[in-house]
Parts: sequence; C-alpha cells; structure tokens
Amino acid sequence: MNFESLSKSSGEWLKGCGIESDIVISSRIRLARNLAGFPFPNRASNFQKAEIENLLKDRIQTLEFEQKFEYVSLTALNTLDRQFLVERQLISRELAANDGPRGVALGNLESLSLMVNEEDHLRLQVMRSGFSLESAWETINKLDDFLEKKVSYAFHEEFGYLTACPTNVGTGMRASVMLHLPALDFTKQIDKVFRALQRINLTHRGLYGEGSRFSGHFFQISNQVTLGKSESAILNEIYSVIPQIIDYERQARVAWKKDNGQILQDRISRAFGTLSSATMMTSDETMELLSYVRLGIHMKMIEDVDINTVNELFIQTQPAHLQKLMGSTLDGEERNTARAKFLRSKLRSSGSTSN
Amino acid sequence: MKCHKCSKVATMHITEIVCKDSVQECHFCEECAQKYLQEEVLEKEIIEVDLESSVTKMVENLAGATAVVCESCSLQFSDFRNSGRLGCPHDYTVFHDELLPYLENIHGETKHCGKFPTRYGANKNIQKEIDILRKKLQTVIQKEKYEEAADIRDKIRLLENQ
Repeated sequence: MNFESLSKSSGEWLKGCGIESDIVISSRIRLARNLAGFPFPNRASNFQKAEIENLLKDRIQTLEFEQKFEYVSLTALNTLDRQFLVERQLISRELAANDGPRGVALGNLESLSLMVNEEDHLRLQVMRSGFSLESAWETINKLDDFLEKKVSYAFHEEFGYLTACPTNVGTGMRASVMLHLPALDFTKQIDKVFRALQRINLTHRGLYGEGSRFSGHFFQISNQVTLGKSESAILNEIYSVIPQIIDYERQARVAWKKDNGQILQDRISRAFGTLSSATMMTSDETMELLSYVRLGIHMKMIEDVDINTVNELFIQTQPAHLQKLMGSTLDGEERNTARAKFLRSKLRSSGSTSN
Repeated sequence: MKCHKCSKVATMHITEIVCKDSVQECHFCEECAQKYLQEEVLEKEIIEVDLESSVTKMVENLAGATAVVCESCSLQFSDFRNSGRLGCPHDYTVFHDELLPYLENIHGETKHCGKFPTRYGANKNIQKEIDILRKKLQTVIQKEKYEEAADIRDKIRLLENQ
C-alpha cells in the first residue's frame, strides 16, 4: 500500500461532505467478532495469533464483496507507518501498540477497515463522511454476513457475539458520530450535553477514541450498551439525539455571533492570521486554530478559504502525515517548523478574512 | 537543646504524628537522626511485607478452595477480575453465573436481542465439534504425536470451510 499517496488526501472521515457536514464530521460503526475455538488475543500465544491471522487474512482476501481488501501486517510496518494509519483512523491506537501477529485489511475506498488481533480477533469498521449511520450499517451488516459464511464466529444464544471484554458482548456494535462543536465547547454548554447523553447511555470520547484528549472541539458520541438492545434500537437512539445536538450547536453559534460578534470575528481572524504567518506550530495549537477557521467558514465570517483545504489540513498537519508529506523523519522542533511552513503555503494563497 | 540519644547538640527536630490528635517531638543530632529515620523505614517495610504476604496467602487459600478453571484457556475468574478481559469464548459458558451481575451492571440487561448469525443452527454443532477437535489437538501435540495432530488439523480445516 502506498501511504505517501494516501497522505495527500484527507481520507473518508475528513472529506467534509455528506449530510449536516458543517457539524457532523463522520459516522462510524464497528463490530467486534471472534472466532470460535480460539483464545482471545490477550490470551493467545504468538503461534495461535499467527494461525488466526492467516485464517482471517485468507478469508478476507478471497471474499466476494463489493470492495476488494488489501491486507497490511502491522509487524512489517515501522512506527511512523503505524502512526499514519492511526491518524487516518484506519486502525486503533491499541492495534498499533500491541505486539505479535496482527494487521489490518483495508478496503480500496478507505472507508472499510478490518483489524485482526486487536482486543478481539476481528474488528470490522465502516466510516462515512457526514451523518449517515444508516448507510454505514447497511454496508457493515452485509460485510458481516459475507464473512460469517466463511468463518465460524463465537456466538452464544443468550449473550450474542462473544468478545474479550464484556462491555462489547451482545451486538459487538459501537456506533459513533464525530461532531465539531466549537460553540457549545466555548460557551461551556457542552458539559450539559454530556450529562444528558450519560442519562440515555450514550458516551462521549475525544478525536481518537477511548482515552484520547479532546482536541480541536471534536467529540465522538457513541453507544455504551451492546447487550439487550437490537442494532436498530441502538442506532435509533443515536439518530434521535444527534439532530438535537446539531440544533444546540447552531443556536449557540447564532447567539455567540449576536452577543459577542466582534470577539468571535477577532478570534477567527486571529486564528487564520496565526496559521498563515507563524513560523513554528505545535500539533495541538494547529488543531485549535483550524477549528476556529472551520467555524469561520461555516459562519461566513471568513472568505475565500476552501473548506476542503481546511479539512485536509486537520489531518495533514498530524505528526506522521506531515513527515510523509515532507518525505523525511523529523524530530519535534523540526516538525513544528515544517508544519508552520506547510500551513503558510496552503493558507496564504487561499484566503482573506471579512469584517 | 541536646540530642535525645546522646549529648551532642540537637540539630534535627522531628515531629511524629502518633495518632490523630497527638504528636511527639524528637530532637536529635545529625548522626542519631539518620539512625532514627533508617530504623523507622526498616520497621515500616517489615510490617508491609508481612501484611502483604499474609493477604496474598489468604487470597490464594480462598481461591484454591473454590477456583473454577476454564478447561479451554485455563482462565480463573480472579484473572478476569484483575484484567477485565476474558480468555476465550468458552469462558462465557464456564463463568456464566459469575458474569451475570457484571453484565447487568454494564448493560442493564443480560440477554442478547440483536442479530443472530444466519447459519447459527447449523453452525452450533460444527462449533462444538471444532471445540472438541481443538482440545484433542492440544493433547496430541503435547504428547508429540504429530501425525495424529496433522490429521486433526485437516479435519478442523474441513469443518471451518463448511
């Protein structure tokens, strides 16, 4: 797989198109599945893991599905390439950090990825730009049916699909929607939203999933419960709540502009100014400032900046992507310089702020 | 002020908290202070080690009396309590009753009502057979009967492909 050419595009989840894409970045569904008769990866020997990997790799590659898969073994990748896949959300941080035989099968559209020997033997993931869990479910359900014909899943009549951690047992499904909520975050109303979500068993996470920090005002909302509810019931719960959050965010944006328009304009203009003229930029600061520029574009408070450029920059300025684009490994300080230079070249040509 | 232990001038002043409302002041010269502090650390370590080993023993005894071990992956339920991870699919059967309160706590429910694999009925028997063959495979490998092992492996592959 040619990671260098991938690094030039934003990948599925940051494409910035689809339904409600000014606020909903992406929709994602993953299914946890295990093979009958094998210990879970945490208790499997390397020999058994290799056996699991070979079996799954073979079945996945010969699957007569609408997309073809390319299998990438994680043991054959260096740290930079692993980090690159994490940044693109094609693999989890856990898979990158684990050891032993493991890998990922990537669909040719970059919206499908099948992790092998992560916490479970198999983790199927489908990603869609914008708010479209329905279409994501359709695809992943079909893929699951196709695979099920080729392998024996560990399934229990009472407990459903069996997983290494009981928090995933049952449907094995985690459906999540990534939202960009700068106004709710800035006006401190976000905690109220989280508390309300908690009450209906939905949880929130940072940009890169469990345990990751909140960065760039991105939040992932997902179901917590996997047992005792059907897949469609879980999806419906998320479906009913997301439009409300979108609404709150829109209202918060309007109120913010009405009450503190000048301050907001200043913040957005400064963010753009810093991004297009600084000579050193950390990854964190870049995320924060790009978030304001993104907001500015959607609120029509900034002109001539292409939203696609900004969406791409969110991912292209991440450490591993940046190094791929520069074609060399860079240490922290070199990265900050290279990042600032890259941002300047991308943004200077494309914009000015309105007053 | 003189040192409490010898006649040198006291340069270190240590306040010991005896219990919640009472403190004890000690005044030492540098040499005696060092000795005093070392003794204290040693004493504490001995107590801690003693306590730790007796607690471990107690836990081991308790576990030894009741421990159920999964015959497939040799997991004990205490392993799950420590790591939060189960060892193999079979654990859900072996530790069925122990898991119920955990599942209730996490999900508020204990019964799956989502998707079933389409060939679940037919699959169930095959799964059982594969389970049995895998266990047999482990035993013959341990006994170094490799020809037999190869036969069993072929059978497993055949079943998996059904």
